[in-house]
Amino acid sequence: MGTNEAMTLSEKVWERHVVRRAQGEPDLIFIDLHLVHEVTFDGLRLSGRSVRHPELTLATMDHNVPTTDLSQPVADPVSRRQMDALEANCLQFGIALYPMGHRNQGIVHVIGPQLGLTQPGMTIVCGDSHTSTHGAFGALAFGIGTSEVEHVLATQALPQSHPGTMAVTVDGQLPAGVTAKDVILAIIGTIGTGGGIGSVIEYRGSAIRSLSMEGRMTVCNMSIEAGARAGLVAPDDTTFSFLEGRPHAPKAKAWERALDDWRSLPSDPGAAFDKEVVLDAARLRPHVSWGTNPSQVVAIDGEVPDPEQFLDPSQRDAARRALSYMGLHAGTPIRDITVDTVFIGSCTNSRLEDLRAAAAVIQGRRVRPGVRAMVVPGSMEVKAQAEHEGLDRAFTGAGFEWREAGCSMCLAMNPDKLSPGERCASTSNRNFEGRQGPGGRTHLVSPAVAAATAVAGRFATPQELD
Amino acid sequence: MDPILRVTGTALPLDRSDVDTDQIIPAEWLKQVERSGFGRGLFSAWRADPDFVLNRPEHAQATILVAGPNFGTGSSREHAVWALMDHGFRAVVSPRFGDIFRNNCTKVGLVPAQVEAGEGAALLAAVQSDPALEVTVDVDRRVVLAPGAGIEAPFPLDDFTRWRLLEGLDDIGLTLRHLDAIAAYESGRPAWMPALSAPAGGAG
Repeated sequence: MGTNEAMTLSEKVWERHVVRRAQGEPDLIFIDLHLVHEVTFDGLRLSGRSVRHPELTLATMDHNVPTTDLSQPVADPVSRRQMDALEANCLQFGIALYPMGHRNQGIVHVIGPQLGLTQPGMTIVCGDSHTSTHGAFGALAFGIGTSEVEHVLATQALPQSHPGTMAVTVDGQLPAGVTAKDVILAIIGTIGTGGGIGSVIEYRGSAIRSLSMEGRMTVCNMSIEAGARAGLVAPDDTTFSFLEGRPHAPKAKAWERALDDWRSLPSDPGAAFDKEVVLDAARLRPHVSWGTNPSQVVAIDGEVPDPEQFLDPSQRDAARRALSYMGLHAGTPIRDITVDTVFIGSCTNSRLEDLRAAAAVIQGRRVRPGVRAMVVPGSMEVKAQAEHEGLDRAFTGAGFEWREAGCSMCLAMNPDKLSPGERCASTSNRNFEGRQGPGGRTHLVSPAVAAATAVAGRFATPQELD
Repeated sequence: MDPILRVTGTALPLDRSDVDTDQIIPAEWLKQVERSGFGRGLFSAWRADPDFVLNRPEHAQATILVAGPNFGTGSSREHAVWALMDHGFRAVVSPRFGDIFRNNCTKVGLVPAQVEAGEGAALLAAVQSDPALEVTVDVDRRVVLAPGAGIEAPFPLDDFTRWRLLEGLDDIGLTLRHLDAIAAYESGRPAWMPALSAPAGGAG
């Protein structure tokens, strides 16, 4: 592609990072930032190779860490061994590590933006599919497997096939009570779990522009649930004011130079996308997932769908199996479904704004007796800020558990998990079978709906609480 | 990784769409520091059902997995590929793969053959009705063959990846041949881009 052609944001970021291009081969792309955690950095197998750029690599512990009393040793010996392996590797290779208990520790996709490490126009990778979160800043950020983690450690570059481009435009004003989480659930419900495969999605339109950085991160985070290789939003003044003054953001003259550069990133007028989807913001409602993949969602005013209504045979079959696993019946109003557990947390919805939204709902109310409710802040910094604002007291006063930072019940690698048959309203990103514990039943919702559901004991919006 | 010209054998029909990597290998298995033994975790939740296709003796020797669309979506865990290979699979056929899973496959030597939806469904049905049907996933010719069922389904595979699979090449080694280009790129990076400092023993 020539530089004189109109280009999309993702194409611009891509072109800036091409180290080598050859006919019939994937482009070799330079990686500006590599985030690592304990699960994909367990035993570095570099065959005697060294880490090329330890200073472009940041490690933390998030997947396995317990979220209860951090003064106690990690009870699970297998988790502890993995965390020890990460610590030893980081020490050996000179990689910065924020381990359990450190004030900068947290979910890898929460701490990158928080530290100002995530900046527009960068390429960011991590051995975690929710790396797409960082796309909220106009960075090209994607998840990789262990082999590619090793590849980046050794070379700071990755051979990658050129992705397709896809525009998802959400125009108009979001109705009151409709959040970024509802926007992305509606998008995935529209394009399906495979709708973004092979593509980088650029989220556009006035409803996206009006989202805070936290909201944009929620949207980009779940790009992978639509199969997309990455998701991003063009950087603008919202992005710049979020970044300014953060520990790793450029300072003084460097900040001005960076701003000039970042302002050139948005897609050119007339840039063509391979695929385009448009949603009307005004028609969106709070969403709840009913099935076992993130495209199986419905507005909270709706009901559990009848599998026989699906035209596509594989979707029909998937819906049948999903209802069986979830213990649901076609035609049941979503608001009649009761829950056992409410989980507020994960790289999708564990930032300060998410906790504020949930706290505002539960303030002065009580979690319904019999419902287990927990809040797991995305990082130690988020936790400290929330406590400074008194959000922890609002949560604990209402009957929520207030935990330490980590991935926790999003993927049940630490002790926080569902029991078989237990039904959970969760602000996380995946309602896969067994995701939150074997036999557990996950319904994906926004923080506001999660909080209202904790109070009502069944799916509810804040507006309908007494 | 070992060179792969083609995979020939019987196939296991997994007639489900949207098989995410959490199903292929549940998260509990990801805590292992070693890379071996993941086959025991393969589809471990579904295997609890004695009727699950992986438990059927007629498919015990299968080396090719034939699945519905959107196979390997979700988590980036390469453990999913290791589990499939540890169990004995050498190729997976689906009308559509999750991108990260597909990428992971070609790094480790599991062949991801993405066929047209109709051909995928036909192969699935053929393998279900005849578990002994011989299937070949031919990397060299980029085609899935089941002569006994009259199926010949081409699949896309870029020249570079095909060459790597045929030769069994480690692509880190291939990238290291281009260190000059990487160094040249590095010298042109803006100075304001973020970098970390790491004093021994902890983060800066």
